[in-house]
Amino acid sequence: MARAAKNAPDRTSDTLLDIRNLRIEATVYPPGEDPKNVVIVDDVSVKLERGKVLGLIGESGAGKSTIGLSSMGYGRGGVRITGGEVILNGRDILKGGPSGFRKLRGREVCYVAQSAAAAFNPAHRLMRQVIEASLKHGVSSRAEAEKRAIALFKEVSLPDPEHIGNRYPHQVSGGQLQRVMTAMALCSKPDLIVFDEPTTALDVTTQIDVLAAIKKAIRDTGVAALYITHDLAVVAQVADDIMVLRHGKKVEKGDTHQIIKEPRQAYTNALVSVHSIPHEEQKPAAPLLSVKNVTAAYGGGTVKVLKNVSVEVAAGQTLAVVGESGSGKSTLARAITGLLPPMEGSVEFDGRTLPKRLADRTKNDLRELQMIYQMADVAMNPRQTVGTIIGRPIEFYFGKRGRERDRMVAELLDKIEMGTGFGDRYPAELSGGQKQRVCIARALAAKPKLIICDEVTSALDPLVANGILKLLLNLQKEENVAYVFITHDLATVKSIADSIAVMYQGSVVRYGPKSKVLAPPFDAYTDLLLSSVPEMELGWLEKAMASRRMEAAGN
Amino acid sequence: MGAPLLKLVGKRIGLSIGLLFAVSVLIFVGTQILPGDVAQSILGQAATPEAVANLRAQLGLNDPAYVRYFHWLFGLLTGNLGTALSNGLPIGPAIAERLKNTLFLAFWAAAVSIPLSIILGLIAVRHKNGFIDKLISASTLAAISLPDFFIGYLLIYFVAVKLGWFTSVSTVYDGMPFLSRMVAIALPALTLTLVVLAQMMRMTRAAILNVMQSAYVETAELKGLSRSEIIWRHAFPNAVAPIINVVMLNLAYLVVGVVVIEVIFVYPGMGQYLVDHVAKRDVPVVQDCGLIFAAVYIGLNMLADIFSILSNPRLRHPK
Amino acid sequence: MLNIRRIPISALAGILVTLLFVLAAIFTPWIAPYPDAAIVGDVWAPASAAHWLGTDNLGRDLLTRLLYGARITLFIAFLATVLSFTLGASLGFSAAVVGGWFDELLSRFVDLIMSIPTLIFALVVLSVLPSTTLTLILVMGVLDSTRVFRISRAVAVDINVMDFVEAAKLRGEGRLWIIFREILPNALSPLVAELGLRFIFAILFLSALSFLGLGVQPPNSDWGGMVKDNKEGIVFGIPAALLPAAAISVLAISVNLVADWILNRTTDLKGGRGNG
Repeated sequence: MARAAKNAPDRTSDTLLDIRNLRIEATVYPPGEDPKNVVIVDDVSVKLERGKVLGLIGESGAGKSTIGLSSMGYGRGGVRITGGEVILNGRDILKGGPSGFRKLRGREVCYVAQSAAAAFNPAHRLMRQVIEASLKHGVSSRAEAEKRAIALFKEVSLPDPEHIGNRYPHQVSGGQLQRVMTAMALCSKPDLIVFDEPTTALDVTTQIDVLAAIKKAIRDTGVAALYITHDLAVVAQVADDIMVLRHGKKVEKGDTHQIIKEPRQAYTNALVSVHSIPHEEQKPAAPLLSVKNVTAAYGGGTVKVLKNVSVEVAAGQTLAVVGESGSGKSTLARAITGLLPPMEGSVEFDGRTLPKRLADRTKNDLRELQMIYQMADVAMNPRQTVGTIIGRPIEFYFGKRGRERDRMVAELLDKIEMGTGFGDRYPAELSGGQKQRVCIARALAAKPKLIICDEVTSALDPLVANGILKLLLNLQKEENVAYVFITHDLATVKSIADSIAVMYQGSVVRYGPKSKVLAPPFDAYTDLLLSSVPEMELGWLEKAMASRRMEAAGN
Repeated sequence: MGAPLLKLVGKRIGLSIGLLFAVSVLIFVGTQILPGDVAQSILGQAATPEAVANLRAQLGLNDPAYVRYFHWLFGLLTGNLGTALSNGLPIGPAIAERLKNTLFLAFWAAAVSIPLSIILGLIAVRHKNGFIDKLISASTLAAISLPDFFIGYLLIYFVAVKLGWFTSVSTVYDGMPFLSRMVAIALPALTLTLVVLAQMMRMTRAAILNVMQSAYVETAELKGLSRSEIIWRHAFPNAVAPIINVVMLNLAYLVVGVVVIEVIFVYPGMGQYLVDHVAKRDVPVVQDCGLIFAAVYIGLNMLADIFSILSNPRLRHPK
Repeated sequence: MLNIRRIPISALAGILVTLLFVLAAIFTPWIAPYPDAAIVGDVWAPASAAHWLGTDNLGRDLLTRLLYGARITLFIAFLATVLSFTLGASLGFSAAVVGGWFDELLSRFVDLIMSIPTLIFALVVLSVLPSTTLTLILVMGVLDSTRVFRISRAVAVDINVMDFVEAAKLRGEGRLWIIFREILPNALSPLVAELGLRFIFAILFLSALSFLGLGVQPPNSDWGGMVKDNKEGIVFGIPAALLPAAAISVLAISVNLVADWILNRTTDLKGGRGNG
């Protein structure tokens, strides 16, 4: 009797969730080494009142998801809660054991995952999955639950709310699935929802629609939430308070206004000001590369992915190519490099017309035009050392070997702000930012005139990405190298570009010097794109939604 | 069932039929055009040139290869399997009798091994790293390392000879009572079961574990569902297809395994028949048997693919 | 680089036993107690001081027969594996890198051969070919090369689409550099593990053929043939046939343990040091 009372939720207190001195550990198994214990979360306390939204923010490895899931007593991939208390609705849930966890999961706390597409069971219709927790915990009858689900579908502005529940997950788009998952979390009337990077995987224009839907649903239902993300500007739109985490420890906690306007810690300040790199726009000059009326297609001309694209970039300058997934921006890179020979149009480089096919280009053509990839991990041969990776272009293009080559490798390592000691390391022994730096060095080793950077910072944490951008800008000044910078991230573009091309469904919809492209009047798509980039401002989301002229493609 | 689904299934069946024809060509080519004179090798090096010439004429070896191929193929399609060289008897009735015996043996081996391996596979997942789980990984190693005849003779040596529970030779004949027939095939069926069981368990286990590690199972767990609800409601519907696939592939393996097992137990089936006639260099029999084995194998692989197509919700409920 | 203490006991045992078999096979003429195929005792005599493992169906010393059997078995299986690997891996890699119709043609042909169970196909072909050791090696090697083709093509295709290979192509590297410097080092570990599995398969396959009377021909006997020679004894409670069968099993298990360990060490493409 006493035990039952102890484990029953008590909703009288204002405090919903009180995590005290949480410590979480995991055992990792590095290949070829003995297993070792790592601390993922170290002495973190979180307090959340009913109906409030707390943002947990940090870079990868900060332990933010792990903390969020601990509120449900859940550890992913063998992590263990080894210390502290998780007090939810007045009792320590860690003492409840597996059956206690099952009672609260889906009833008191619900979860919204990063990839809703993977989180829904492909074998069942959406409605069945949405109401499953309500039925399991006896919250309501099937008919009531379905009625509530439809009301929630309306709440998160899904199209055709009456019937969308009859569909299977693969019949619904990613942005919509993310809303369905939010409705699913709300359906069993929980006290708390854990949102785990719910908009990170979405395109930027879809992201703010989903974000707005989540915000409205939270406000209308009065549910409390832990909102986990790496993007401070996003969390600033939905959270009442923000906690900044780093390496599993708390950096600082405060209300949203204080964190983004008056951060107390240097780390928070770095996160807030991450996008402000000073860069003076350079004057238009004679083009080094001009892409003229290029049309390209996959599958022997059946799927046109580039339609009559013309852009130019001058020596020592940066052209940013911006667009969402499917805009053809990466295909443009493939067309320029000759990996996908254009069907029509030409690519002129340094006063000559480049052969369309890669195989027909001269060694000098190849040398002067280098490329850096998004995923530095797979852009380097894992069986070669950093020295070999950087040294190979020197050998290949300039025929330098032995000492001479080693000296140049050391010089390049110095340029990318890494020590000579890295020459003997393998890629697996480097951090994400270091890997990307090595890729930059490999491109520089060829002494190119132009480097195509394909989403080079998208896979990196904001601060690391910032370092890479600064390095690229410095190198541009020193080496007078031009960049074609392909990205979906407008904030990056604002920092580094001299001219900008906005791409949409295979065409360039807006093109010119940065100052002109980013100044009104805008075309509809550029307006949508610009208005979708979250800004570190309170109330930005409402303003942006009110001023939109065009529907995002993901809906 | 939608039209695109039917189209996919139809395509898969068409592919198998095409494959079967290609295989018939391959088997024919393999037995006719390879170096060495078939007639000579049947009669041996000591044969007189006249005898060889006679046999060549009798075999129709003087016709061009493609004529002989179409002759053979046409015969097969009309149910005429030709005559055996070694005894001059028609092949059809002999194969029919033996095919029946082989299918009887394979059926009972499958009837034991399929449910057993699925249940054990499920238990292994339910109690991961438990006793059965460890047993599976150990026995898989044994199963792929031990020759079939080692398992067969071990069983004969201990169960039949030392314990005397069964006879070591599995004689069956027409009109044999069902029960005696079952006793006769007990040991070969057990051997076949042991041969495929470990592999089937391991693959079943892997199929379910693969599903259990998916994000939607985590979602179910975070809804507070119990372990058995998760397995039955969320894992099982998605694991059925890969499990059926596993079963079909192992049945195909079983059909091949039958060849050696039948020789061990002197069981009058297709495998024994094929091996005997390979030794006698009786080419027509070898061709027919080879094609029938290949047809069963291709058919089972086709069924495996069709089941995966039918159970895929993306294909069943197109956008 | 390789730390012996890091090798798990099972793999270590596998390496030792495999080595033992190989050494025994190489030095058979010096260590075998009796000459090959010499009739030195009664039929199926039990184990004794003179015949440690007893004698076989013709009164030959079983230990001697086992040692010579190891020689033949390992020799044929080794050559068949070398053939299947050379053929399968070179064609598989070329298919992956060259692509196009070359890849299409080879892949479809391999699909066709693999749609007939290997044992059945071997029986069909052996029914017309002369019964020589060379035939046996060729048939085994060619049939098994289809599997090597599939796996090496799959591994190479996976690596070929990675950005570092594209980077090499953009640099202007030739096909040989791409195959030997970019792809091969990353494909080596799965292929070495596969080499072990193919070798086991060759041993089992050869044993099965010889057991069916279609492999090694008398008076020579590999282990499978020894099982066949002595199988009549089983019914009388004479376990002579079980010895060569057990030898096959022990060798296969040992090689498997080694292959398993190699595969486990390198299931990922992380590369780097100590991952060999």
